[in-house]
Amino acid sequence: MADFEVPELKEYLIVPEPLDKVTNHLAPFIAKPPHQSDLGFPEELVDNWKEVAIEKMGDLLGKYRSLQVFLDICVHCGACTDKCHYYLGTSDAKNMPVARQELLRKVYRRYFTFAGKYFPKLVGAVDLTEEVLDDWYSYFHQCSQCRRCSVFCPYGIDTAEISMAAREIMASVGKGQKYCNEIIAKVYKIGNNLGLPEPALADTLEGLEEDIEDETGVKVRLPLDEKGADILLITPSADFFAEPHVDGLMGYAKVFHEAGVSWTLSSKASEAANFGMFIGSYENMRKLSLRIREAAIDLGVKRIVFGECGHAWRVAYSFLDTLAGPFDFLDQNYPIPQHICEFTNDLIKQDKLRFNKGENDHMTLTFHDSCNVARGAGMGGYEGGQFEIPRAVIKAACNNYYDMGDDTIHDATFCCGGGGGLLTDDLMEIRVKGAMPRMQALKQVTEERGVTHLAAICAICKSQFSKTLPYFGFSMDQIVSVHQLVSNAIVLKGSEQEAELDGSAEEKGEAETA
Amino acid sequence: MSLVSTLYVGLFYAATAILVVGLTMRIKKYAQTPSPLIIPTMPAPRTEAGVVMRMFREVAFFESLFRANKWIWLFGIMFHFGMLLVLLRHLRYFTEPVWFWVNWVQPFGKYAAFAMLAGLLGLWARRFLVARIRYISTPSDHLMLALLVGIAMSGIGMSFLVHTDIISVKAFFLGLMRFSPQPLPNDLLLLVHLGLVAMLMIVFPISKLLHAPGVFFSPTRNQTDSSREQRHIADWAKALEAGER
Repeated sequence: MADFEVPELKEYLIVPEPLDKVTNHLAPFIAKPPHQSDLGFPEELVDNWKEVAIEKMGDLLGKYRSLQVFLDICVHCGACTDKCHYYLGTSDAKNMPVARQELLRKVYRRYFTFAGKYFPKLVGAVDLTEEVLDDWYSYFHQCSQCRRCSVFCPYGIDTAEISMAAREIMASVGKGQKYCNEIIAKVYKIGNNLGLPEPALADTLEGLEEDIEDETGVKVRLPLDEKGADILLITPSADFFAEPHVDGLMGYAKVFHEAGVSWTLSSKASEAANFGMFIGSYENMRKLSLRIREAAIDLGVKRIVFGECGHAWRVAYSFLDTLAGPFDFLDQNYPIPQHICEFTNDLIKQDKLRFNKGENDHMTLTFHDSCNVARGAGMGGYEGGQFEIPRAVIKAACNNYYDMGDDTIHDATFCCGGGGGLLTDDLMEIRVKGAMPRMQALKQVTEERGVTHLAAICAICKSQFSKTLPYFGFSMDQIVSVHQLVSNAIVLKGSEQEAELDGSAEEKGEAETA
Repeated sequence: MSLVSTLYVGLFYAATAILVVGLTMRIKKYAQTPSPLIIPTMPAPRTEAGVVMRMFREVAFFESLFRANKWIWLFGIMFHFGMLLVLLRHLRYFTEPVWFWVNWVQPFGKYAAFAMLAGLLGLWARRFLVARIRYISTPSDHLMLALLVGIAMSGIGMSFLVHTDIISVKAFFLGLMRFSPQPLPNDLLLLVHLGLVAMLMIVFPISKLLHAPGVFFSPTRNQTDSSREQRHIADWAKALEAGER
C-alpha cells in the first residue's frame, strides 16, 4: 500500500529514541513562479537569498514579540521532546519541537546575538547555508502548527510561531510551498481553496437540497448569495463535495432550517480556511479575511457563522476581528463570529431541536479534538467550551459515546497529522507517520470501548483521516462530521421521520427529544 | 587593599552594570515588540486576573512543566526553589541591620543549598542519560550547569567545611553598595564562589537565563482569551488598513 514503513500501533504510545536524518528527505513541492508572484513573493530563489533571509528575520523579530521572546528563552529542558506527533511517528530527532526550533534559532543566534556572533560553537550558532535552508524547508513543513508543544513548555514556547516565521522567510527568498501558495491564489481568483466557481457551487447546493428533500420530504434550502439574509455561513469548501464533509453541511442546513433563521452562503467568501496562517503571512491572511468582511457587507447580513474547520476557526475566533474588523455593522448580540457548534448547542439547550438518537445507533463515537480548535480558539465564551460544546452536540445526537485517553484529548489532543499546510499528496509519508499517535489512541478506545467512528469538526482532519485510516487497518468511512451525526438524528418538523416517530413512538419507545 | 580585592571590586561593579543594563535593554525590547495577534495557548483565562493567576501558577509551581515531565519538574523545582531560599538567605550580606525575616530564612537557606545542588545534578544527569535531551544539549548548556554547580558547591563548602571571614565579606559588599570599597578575605573558596557568581551575572543578559524575565512576556501565557470581545491590533498592522475603512 505504501512505499514507506507505516508505523505499527502498539498497546500504548512508545517514545522513540531520536535518530538522525530519517525524514530530512521529506519535503513538499516548491511553489512554481506564478504561485509565488500571485502572493507577492519573488518567483524563484533570489541570488542574494541569504541577505534577504536575514533581513526578513530581522523584520519579523521586530514585528512579533512571540518570535523574539521564543528564540531567546528556550533552556533546552526537554519537556517538549516527546510531545510532537511527527517525532513520535518518525523518530527523527529534528521533529522534536525544540530541535525544530533550533533550526531557526541557531541562525538567529549567529546573526542577532552577542554570544552567537562571537562564540558560535559554544552556543550552537551556525551560518545560514544552503544545507540549513534545505533543513528548514523539510522540517518546517513537518510541523502542522498544532501547538501541542506549547501546552507543555514551561514558557509556552509555541513552535507554530517559529514555523510560520520560517515559512514566511522561505517564501520571501523565493522558496515557498506549492500546495499552500497555489491554494491561496485560488481563493483570490475564484473564492475558495478548491476553485469551485459560482455556477458549480449553485449546482452543488441545489443537488444537496434535492437530497435532503428525498430523504426527509422537507424542502430545506441551501441559499447562495442571498442578500438580506440574517446569517452568512462561512464554511470550508471541502464541505461542498468531499466525504464526510458534505454530510456535515447538510447538517448545518437542517439546523438552520429548524431554527427558522434566514441564512446564506457566499460565492465570494466560499472558503473558511485561511492558508495565509500556514505560510505565516500576515498580509495574505489579512487579504483572505477581508473577503469575508466584504461578503458580509455586500450581502447585508447581521451575523457570521463558521462551519466545521479547525485552523479556520482559529483564524476566525482569534484573528478575524484583528485582521478584518471591526465588525460594528453586525448584530452585537451574537458572538462575532459564531461557531456552528455553538449555534446548534444553543438550540439544543433551548430544546428547539428534536433528535432520534437511534439513527446513530449503528455507531459508537469518539471525538477528535482538532488541534487548532482545542489550543488556538475557544467556544461558548468560557474556558474549555471548545471541548464541551462539540461533545454536547454529539451526545445530543448519539447514544454511544466514549472519549479517547486523557492525554490525547482536550488541550493535549494529537493533531491529525495533516494540518498546517501538509494536506498534500507530496507529503503523504509524513502525514501517515504523524497520524500514528491519534490512530494509536483510536485503536485503544476501539478495543476497550468498541468505538467504531471518529467524529471531527475540521475539514483537514476529515480529509486526512479518510486518507490515513486505511494505513492503520481502519476503513476510510470511520471518520464522520459532527453535524453529520446531527443530520442523521435530527427530526425535522413535517418530515417523514417525524410522522413515522409520532405514529409509532409509544410502541417502540425510541423517540427522544434533547 | 590587595590586588585581588581591587580586581573583585572592579569585577562586581562591571558585572552589576552588565546585568542591569543588559537586562533592562532586553526587557525593553520584549516590552516594545508588538504582539499583532491573540495567541494564548487555549484554553486561556478570560480576564486579566485570570492571566495573573496563570502566570503565578507557571512561575510558582511550573504548572506546564509538571504536565510535561515529572522528573524535569522535580529537579527544576528543587534547583529553583533551593536557589531562591539561598538567595534570600544571602540578603543578610547586603543589609545592615539584617531584615527580620531574612533571619527566619537563614536556617532553611543553608540547607536549601543541597536541594539546589541535587536539582542541578539531576538536570545535568538527564543531559547525559536521556538520549532526546542529550541530542538537544549544546556546550553552553553544560557550561551553564557547571557554573551553577560550581557556585553551589563552593558556597556549601564555605557554609559547612572551610568557613571564610563572613564579617569581612559583608563589609566588602556593603562597601561596594556605599561606594567605599573594602578588602575581601583572601580565601580560595570565596574567590571562586564570587568569581563564578560574577560570571553568571555577566552572561545572564546574553544567554538562555533570559527565560527568567522572558516568561512574563510570553504571549501564549500572558494574553487573555478576549479576541471576540475586544479588537486587538498592532500599530504596524493598523498601518496596512490606511484608507481602507
